[in-house]
Amino acid sequence: MSTETALLETGLRESTLFRFATAGSVDDGKSTLVGRLLHDSKAILADQLDAVARTSADRGFGGAGATGTKAIDLALLTDGLRAEREQGITIDVAYRYFATDRRSFILADCPGHVQYTKNTVTGASTADAVVVLIDARKGVLEQTRRHLSVLQLLRVPHVIVAVNKIDLVDFSEDVFRGIESEVQQVARELGLGIGSSTAGISDLFVVPVSALDGDNVVDRSDRTPWYTGPALLEVLETLPAADELESHLESFRFPVQLVIRPQGALAPDAIAGGLDVEAYRDYRAYAGQVTEGSVKLGDKVTVLSPGHEPRTTTVTGIDFAGRELTEAAAPQSVAIRLAEEIDIARGDTIAAAGTIRESSADLYAALCWLSPKPLREGARVLIKHGTRTVQALVRNVTGKLDLATFNLEAASGLELNDIGHAQLRLAAPLPLENYLHHRRTGAFLVIDPIDGNTLAAGLVKDHPGDHEDERYVI
Amino acid sequence: MVSEAIVEQTERLSSLDTLESEAIHIIREVVAEFEKPALLFSGGKDSVVMLHLATKAFWPGKVPFPVLHVDTGHNFPEVIDFRDRTVERLGLKLVVGSVQEFIDRGELAERADGTRNPLQTVPLLDAIQRNKFDAVFGGGRRDEDKARAKERILSLRDEFGQWDPRNQRPELWNLYNGRHTVGQHVRAFPISNWTELDVWRYIERENIELPGLYYAHEREVFQRDGMWRAVGEVSQPKPHEDVITKLVRYRTVGDMSCTGAVESDARTVADVVVEVAASTLTERGATRADDRISEAAMEDRKKDGYF
Repeated sequence: MSTETALLETGLRESTLFRFATAGSVDDGKSTLVGRLLHDSKAILADQLDAVARTSADRGFGGAGATGTKAIDLALLTDGLRAEREQGITIDVAYRYFATDRRSFILADCPGHVQYTKNTVTGASTADAVVVLIDARKGVLEQTRRHLSVLQLLRVPHVIVAVNKIDLVDFSEDVFRGIESEVQQVARELGLGIGSSTAGISDLFVVPVSALDGDNVVDRSDRTPWYTGPALLEVLETLPAADELESHLESFRFPVQLVIRPQGALAPDAIAGGLDVEAYRDYRAYAGQVTEGSVKLGDKVTVLSPGHEPRTTTVTGIDFAGRELTEAAAPQSVAIRLAEEIDIARGDTIAAAGTIRESSADLYAALCWLSPKPLREGARVLIKHGTRTVQALVRNVTGKLDLATFNLEAASGLELNDIGHAQLRLAAPLPLENYLHHRRTGAFLVIDPIDGNTLAAGLVKDHPGDHEDERYVI
Repeated sequence: MVSEAIVEQTERLSSLDTLESEAIHIIREVVAEFEKPALLFSGGKDSVVMLHLATKAFWPGKVPFPVLHVDTGHNFPEVIDFRDRTVERLGLKLVVGSVQEFIDRGELAERADGTRNPLQTVPLLDAIQRNKFDAVFGGGRRDEDKARAKERILSLRDEFGQWDPRNQRPELWNLYNGRHTVGQHVRAFPISNWTELDVWRYIERENIELPGLYYAHEREVFQRDGMWRAVGEVSQPKPHEDVITKLVRYRTVGDMSCTGAVESDARTVADVVVEVAASTLTERGATRADDRISEAAMEDRKKDGYF
């Protein structure tokens, strides 16, 4: 593999990036697990460890551990805010960074109690994988079902269930197997862990761990000889990231962020220093990030703009800061040049020709309600989708999900942490795509037009009775 | 199932490419959605990387916003010189907020410990208001500090520049919500997800010029609070503090009155990458007196409107 041989001049191996989140409550030992991962992967530096050791000692945490690691409260490594330390709880999503020889990791540590939906949805929205914690003494709780429901809804590519505190059940295989089969049962009910990568979570791992002692966290433990699978970190190191799974399966999508046209209406000194002004006199390119799929020079693309018929043209250039590329894939940021000079602005979408449906002003969606301000039918909101923000009217709320059973119940509004279905009418059409198959172009934010706060995470659903009919494809 | 998926994969972007792409996406979003952004530029490595990313984001156009520096009056002269040369080379507008002027006018008081880093907040907010900046880019990274680990990429600030860590907007997918009301502004941190090592590997890969004091050089220093402090106009040894000449470099470049040097023979960027990869101390713990004030020093400063 090319990454194996791509050594830097310094001898450090070029690694890839993997984003994962953790979900679970304080009692499951989540902060301790995160602290253990950071500590055992040598991501905690001496001065941080000293500070934590001092605070642990001040609070009389633990005894004199034989290895010196038991005597510190690993949770203090992640609970960074004053209020968190004072109350001994995790309030907000914290981001942590560590690297192994194979990968660089971004960890979104999501607190699980009060605002678990808000925090889990936030962490899971960008995650390649989510680690869900279960206390081995308690087994699968209603909260576990809720977490797994949210992960299924958000289509997280990989779910790892860490059965923690396995030391407190005497490393019992029976206890572990019981929890494992219960997890698999819930996964089957949710349709989780059995789909392909384009329809639901692609895989599910169940690992017995002791965050406090480190069993099966970084290294496999000899105290669980009946478990022959990989340790938690090994799983995280080998799973393919979402872009690896998806970019070659999906069709090209590119929301235009802005137009780069330095010689346009701007002053003659708008060209970057050192460049030949004449050479870029007629330069015009569309800047953005490839959100899905990939594009090559010469590809036919369709441009979707509100108020225009879809227009088809050809890609004549893919530029990145002075380098001309022959192709670009998600999640690269580039600037694209097209054969014809057509009127394209921020908010328009460039897509592989023949792969995208016409824009629609009717939006059916699942909404994860993240604000203390409740949703009522008739509300006026803003929808941010890709690089466009449009006004919208909430026509009706068609139901609320019971996360424990995954059934849709009747509802006329949504409260903080609720997940429901709603029908909205947009002031301008958007190129909406089903979230089930489009984790980027099927996602949107609901924003309060009054104070600008984010009210909900939205996932586009198909119109009722509409199964991606051929006639919609342009 | 796992191994199959890996075999199927197409050429994968390196972690640096992914981080670069994410940062450029954020910089472009802010420029597209805000009226008047500015970039905090001190000549320190993180802000130099930010400026480099901005030049790549808008190529072949030039960086479409001014740079803002809050000058403590205790900056290293070679860093100020580097700042001015960079701004000149890229043809940018430089806005300077001066801590010294506020002290001279009696609007700020010198602290007993002599450090001026915490004094930057007032001139910063003054410059933001005076210039009507509605978005300010910073080179802050979440790996720097426990409080920063909890901050959003777009961080909303009120009229007083205050950060409210318990009332932050959830940040979902790559959809950034920068809406704000009159008087509010947004701090944008496009390299939030970079580590110190990422920054250095990027500097090496992109061949980015930095002020010379980031690399090992001979300097007259004395020891204070377990750090090597440079002898300078505003940083004088006390009678019991012996001055010696040592081979040192700086891991962070802030105010001379609170930034310490580390012993190092890393004379090139490649040497520094190796040194940082092997380091057992965080950059702030090793070199910043202002972060040693308390466990929550950074959180307290940020709540009051600091970067």
